Amino acid sequence: MSQQLMSLVEKASIKEEVSQFEIGDTVDVHCRILEGEKERIQIFNGVVIARASSGTRATFTVRRIVQGEGVERKFPLHSPRIAKVEVKRSGVTRRAKLYYLRDRKGKAVRLKERRVDTKKKPKQ
Amino acid sequence: MVAGLLGRKVGMTQIFDSVGQVIPATVIQAGPCHVLQLRTVERDGYEAVQLGYLDKPRRLAGRSVRGHVAKLESKRQKRRAAGGMEAVPKADCEPKRWVREFRGPIEGLQVGQELKVDVFSEIVAVDVVGTSKGRGTAGVMKRHGFHGQRASHGVKKVHRHAGSTGCCTDPHRIFKGRRMPGHYGAVRRTVRNLKVVQVDVENNLLVVRGAIPGPNGGYVMIQQTNKL
Repeated sequence: MSQQLMSLVEKASIKEEVSQFEIGDTVDVHCRILEGEKERIQIFNGVVIARASSGTRATFTVRRIVQGEGVERKFPLHSPRIAKVEVKRSGVTRRAKLYYLRDRKGKAVRLKERRVDTKKKPKQ
Repeated sequence: MVAGLLGRKVGMTQIFDSVGQVIPATVIQAGPCHVLQLRTVERDGYEAVQLGYLDKPRRLAGRSVRGHVAKLESKRQKRRAAGGMEAVPKADCEPKRWVREFRGPIEGLQVGQELKVDVFSEIVAVDVVGTSKGRGTAGVMKRHGFHGQRASHGVKKVHRHAGSTGCCTDPHRIFKGRRMPGHYGAVRRTVRNLKVVQVDVENNLLVVRGAIPGPNGGYVMIQQTNKL
């Protein structure tokens, strides 16, 4: 019962359609940035290394290398400030959290590309 | 009119506001509450409204509880009526599980009236009273926020203890008020000035910003804040 009541409140904060992406995907995260009155979109590009929590709390972590330094950003999945998440490239992964990428440098950071079978219907 | 209501804590969650910022929110199932009695200055010396929340099965309610909410036939009542005494107004509802009073002006309220969460629709902030979570016997670190002792440097088996509790031969006793381990929690606590985020009349839900005392399912009193 309490879960049902909770979902009534959370419903407004959950996006009906969330961009589909998976762990290991290289994505462009389009963030809305407010500068006074004006709004503009900033893109954060990187590899999705983790997804956490559920409901309105759901987040995902994107990692990229900027000038040889690893930068990670955690985004709330349902935040209205996230305009969209665009998948640029899919990677082959064998685990749900790619924290091992933090210890790697240079070429070792790369993930093998996952080929999507075009004959099959995409997973819902 | 007093803007107060009884309810139960549903739980905490987070929601996004119009700018996209996260609000830590507590969901409270507030009301509907029946007005069971009105306290007046002439009769009781103060003004207050008595509210009842959630029905209690009649078989579990004592005769005094049933008689409080509805008119029961009794010899005493008949005698009083015969003596020309005015009958006390009753709410004429089911016996209530939880009954509490809210002090304040009572104009515009009637016994038997049903109050819903829309009493808070115009209100910016509320105070919430509840019973905090019981923690049983707790040590000084949890209970009073002491820092404990060091992990090493000769400290043995007393890492979570308090240090000295007092002086020596003079005064030869421990002063009153020394904070020590003991029972912690399960007491009445008030959290003041919580902003009202959302009022859902259809589902009797009130969403406030911040945390409130007690476990999920705990009973709480909600009242317009006087701290603004």
